[in-house]
Amino acid sequence: MNEVKENVLKMENVVMQFGGVTAIDGLSLEVNRGEIVALIGPNGAGKTTAFNCITGIYQPTSGVVSFKGENLKGKSPDCITRLGIARTFQNIRLFSNLTVFDNVLIAKHLRAHDNVFTATLRLNLKEEDRMRRETEKLLREQDLYELKDEIASSLPYGLQRRLEIARALATSPELLLLDEPAAGMNPQETQELTDFIVKIRDQYHLTVFMIEHHMDLVMQISERIYVLNFGKLIAQGSSEEIQNNPEVIEAYLGGSEDA
Amino acid sequence: MKYDFSRKKKRDAVLDLLLIAVVLGICGFLEANKYNYSYAISIIERSMIYAVVAVSMNLVNGFTGLFSLGQAGFMALGAYVTAILTIPVSQRPSVYYISGINPLIANLSAPITLALILGGLVAAACAALIGIPVLRLKSDYLAIATLGFAEIIRALIAAPMMDTITNGSYGLKSIPGFSSIFQVLILTVVSIGLMVLLINSSYGRMFKAVREDEIAAEAMGINLFHTKELSFVISSFFAGISGGMLAMFMRSIDSKTFQVSLTYDILLIVVIGGIGSVTGSVLGAFVVTAGRELLRFFDEPLTVAGVSIPLFRPGFRMVIFSILLMVVVLFYSRGLMGTNEFSWDGIFGFFRRKRKAVKAEGR
Repeated sequence: MNEVKENVLKMENVVMQFGGVTAIDGLSLEVNRGEIVALIGPNGAGKTTAFNCITGIYQPTSGVVSFKGENLKGKSPDCITRLGIARTFQNIRLFSNLTVFDNVLIAKHLRAHDNVFTATLRLNLKEEDRMRRETEKLLREQDLYELKDEIASSLPYGLQRRLEIARALATSPELLLLDEPAAGMNPQETQELTDFIVKIRDQYHLTVFMIEHHMDLVMQISERIYVLNFGKLIAQGSSEEIQNNPEVIEAYLGGSEDA
Repeated sequence: MKYDFSRKKKRDAVLDLLLIAVVLGICGFLEANKYNYSYAISIIERSMIYAVVAVSMNLVNGFTGLFSLGQAGFMALGAYVTAILTIPVSQRPSVYYISGINPLIANLSAPITLALILGGLVAAACAALIGIPVLRLKSDYLAIATLGFAEIIRALIAAPMMDTITNGSYGLKSIPGFSSIFQVLILTVVSIGLMVLLINSSYGRMFKAVREDEIAAEAMGINLFHTKELSFVISSFFAGISGGMLAMFMRSIDSKTFQVSLTYDILLIVVIGGIGSVTGSVLGAFVVTAGRELLRFFDEPLTVAGVSIPLFRPGFRMVIFSILLMVVVLFYSRGLMGTNEFSWDGIFGFFRRKRKAVKAEGR
């Protein structure tokens, strides 16, 4: 691989205020193509808010979020997904009463060429067929095909996480945002997930930006780490740099005044 | 396994054909003896019309998860458009004898199918306009707003300024009726068929995604507003069609026909049938409409052994009906069908379970 870094995601001086509360205070960061980058920080640091600013759920109070050089200001979440940013949620948000297959199939519609008339009158058979084949392929790749007729909410927790990632992949993203993908997982599951993230990054040529609390996972696979505390970026760098940064240690361990 | 599967398919096909034959047979029989069975025919026709509007309401409420209560308003639009276009030109002076007829519509007429479709389109266009502000609201607020708009539509229709078009509070009469029960049947089957195709298409899946989780749906690239608007407009289109059918069925309408209580009736059908089940709505339409008629016997004075029982008087039937509804809602809280659709497997499974239960009790 050549060393020219192509910038995929860029946040410049992003501020997000809710009334008098400043959830994010001047956050600037960059994610380059093909990287796995982690955003860490104590609870309430503003990590998920940062994700919500990127995906258009919130519009930042000030500052610029851009994706491949395109300013995302004023774009709705569905537009942003269309541009190639997919995400998962901290508390899993599947279409609970639908089957595993339908969950993924719905996401496939994003890139379909049909309209409500052709779809209703079944004039879009080619498109429908393509969506179904792609869904089947994706589910097979993710080892979820056996479960395709199960109702999403009936799956065990770990599989629901996997399905949510599969569904995000179905939108054919370039940038995948994972919000605490390992939440609630035991060490073995976390290890599997770690390998899985690297695998899908390589397989689908993704850039991954994730929020995570499991330090094992973060330290193992992140090329770069950003640390957020009370809405402010307090450190950035490689995993070694972060591990030895006194400010980070203080934020996490709540260091005392006279330390 | 494979063999078993194809046999099941064959069985289902045979049973489907049988069901169609039975329905056609019943309709044919009623049509042939329409003077003896006019009462039964009217119940069945009304049920079919309600089935169309119930399915259209289910499309919005059950499949897209929008609690909309505007159905009666859209039915009114469809009904008035259909009526205005189909009342024979020769009879119009006698219909509009009080305030006269607006010259714009005096000679405007259209064949029935076209009139119904235009009625649907007017309702859909109105829904598209209403939807822009209203669909940004959620749950109860949406219900109240749509209910309000339905009343506004009704009030506009009854307004004195509209007298030369809608004939104000006198209503419209001399609307040509259905030529036969088959006409109703075809219109019903086509309307519901189109909605079923929509629900099972990729757009139907998007509706369900919005119902399940709006934020996740957006994250999957679904535009919330467009999807909701689409569902709302299509639902209103079919509500308009069913309104037109109701006008033809009743042959005379006025704005009171389309009061809020009509919306509640439809909502009742949807809830009884099962929110999110098309076959449930159809079943619910027949159960509710027929049930209300069959219970008429409670309205008549009853004398047992020379003693007249005081409860049996006009209005008592609605008490019984309400009690039955409560029973249904209490014991089948998800409606008769839940979110399931009718299938022969379901029917056989139901009886098999029953038989098992009986056996278990016998032991």
